Amino acid sequence: MTPDIVYDQLIGMGCAARLIFSYGGNPGVGSLHRFRDAVEHGWPRDLEVVEHSHAGLAKAYVAGASRLPFAVLRGYQGTDLPAQNTSVSSIECPFTGERLTAVRALNPDVAVIHAQQADRRGNVMLWGLSGVQKEAVLAAERAIVTVEELVDTLEPRPHAVVLPAWVLSAVAVVPGGAWPSYAAGYSVRDNAFYEAWDEISRDRERFTAWMRENVLERGA
Amino acid sequence: MTVNAARELRDGQVCLVGVGPPNAAANLARRLHAPGCVLVYESGAIGAKPVSLPLSIGDDDLAATADELVSVPEMFGYWIGAGRIDVGFLGAAQIDRFANINTTVIGPYERPTVRLPGAGGAPEIAAAAKAVIVMLRHSRRAFVERLDFVTSVGRGVDPGVVTVITDLGVLRPGDDGELELTALHPGVEAEDVLAATGWPLRVRKPVARTEPPTELELTELRALRVRDPGE
Repeated sequence: MTPDIVYDQLIGMGCAARLIFSYGGNPGVGSLHRFRDAVEHGWPRDLEVVEHSHAGLAKAYVAGASRLPFAVLRGYQGTDLPAQNTSVSSIECPFTGERLTAVRALNPDVAVIHAQQADRRGNVMLWGLSGVQKEAVLAAERAIVTVEELVDTLEPRPHAVVLPAWVLSAVAVVPGGAWPSYAAGYSVRDNAFYEAWDEISRDRERFTAWMRENVLERGA
Repeated sequence: MTVNAARELRDGQVCLVGVGPPNAAANLARRLHAPGCVLVYESGAIGAKPVSLPLSIGDDDLAATADELVSVPEMFGYWIGAGRIDVGFLGAAQIDRFANINTTVIGPYERPTVRLPGAGGAPEIAAAAKAVIVMLRHSRRAFVERLDFVTSVGRGVDPGVVTVITDLGVLRPGDDGELELTALHPGVEAEDVLAATGWPLRVRKPVARTEPPTELELTELRALRVRDPGE
C-alpha cells in the first residue's frame, strides 16, 4: 500500500527487485528519495514497479486472503494505470452486464506486521487503524508478527483485530518495533525522524553512510 | 487557498481529506461554519475530530476521536467506493483542462524525470465522491495542455461536481466540462492566471472576487497549527 521508510532503505541498499505499491511517498512529508532514485536513475539497481490505487491493492489482498483468483471493483476506469499493470484487467458482470475492473489476487510469500499484544499461546491482537494488516497476514503463505508486549490474556477491546496463533508462523516481542511510525496505546509517530529522513535519504552518500552506521555496523 | 476551500464546505457534509491543505481546510470549516462536518480519513477513521492538524493520516488522534474505525478494504469498499462521500479533496502535480489529474510521473513512465508518489486513494475519490475539490498551486508546470499520465479522471461534464482552488483563484467546469476561471483572489488579475496556465484558459464573465480571509478565519487557522509550527 504505502511503502514507508523501511522500504526506502531496502530499495536504497539494492535489496528490492520489484515494488508492488499504491502510494510511494514519505507520509506527511514528501518524497521517498531512494525509491525515486531507483525509478528515475536505476540506482543502485533497476526497480520494477507494479502500481495500483489503494482501492485496487486493498482488494488484491482481500482476494488473496479469500484464496480467490481476483477481485472486482469500479476503479481504474479512464486512467492510465491498467496499461502499466498486467494485474489489472476488466470483466463483465454476469448479472447486470456492467463493465467492472478485475485485479489479480496478491499472495505474498511472507507478511511482516507489527501489533500491540500477543498471549503466551501466540495469539495476536492489534487495534487502532488496522489498515490491511489482517488481509496481508491471511493472504500470505507465512506471517511474522512483532508485538509490543507479551500478556497473559488478551482483553477484548473496541476495534480490535485478533489473529489466532494457527495462522501465524512466528511472533517476536519487539517493543518500539513500529518506530518511527506509531503503535496505538504504546508509541506516537516520531515526526522529527520522518522529516530528518527527507534529508538523510536525499543524497546517496549520506544515505549509505547512515545505513552503515545505524544498520550494518549495529549488528543484532 | 485553504480558507476558500473551507468556505466550500457545508455543515453536515461527509468530507474525505488527506494531510496538507485539504486537512487544514476541512478542520477549519469544522471550527467555523460547519461544526457538523464529518471528516473521513482513508486510513480508516470516520468522524474524526482532531483538535490540531494531524501529521499523517495514521495519527493516533484521528483514531482516538473517530466515531468509527474501519479497515482499509472496508473504507474503499463500503464507504468511498459505495459513494458515501459528499466532498473529496485531491491534490495534483499536473491538471488538464478537463480536471484530469496526474500524481504518478513527470516524463515517460518507464524512466520518468520525476517519480511522484502515485495514485493512493485519489482515483476512487475522484470517481465516487459526490463533489471533488482539487487544491494546487497555479503554475504552467501544473496546469498543462497534456498530462504525462492520467492517474485520476476529472468529472467536469457532471454539473457541479468539480471545483479547482489555487493560490490565484477558483476554476469550475463549463457545460462541456472544460475548466473556466470563475473567481480571482484579492490582488490577482485574470492576466496573472492566464499567464500561469499552460492552455488558453476560458474566463467566465463577470469574474467574481473571493473575499479576503477574515480575522476569525486566520485566528482559527493558526490555532489549528499550534501543535506543529513547522507545518
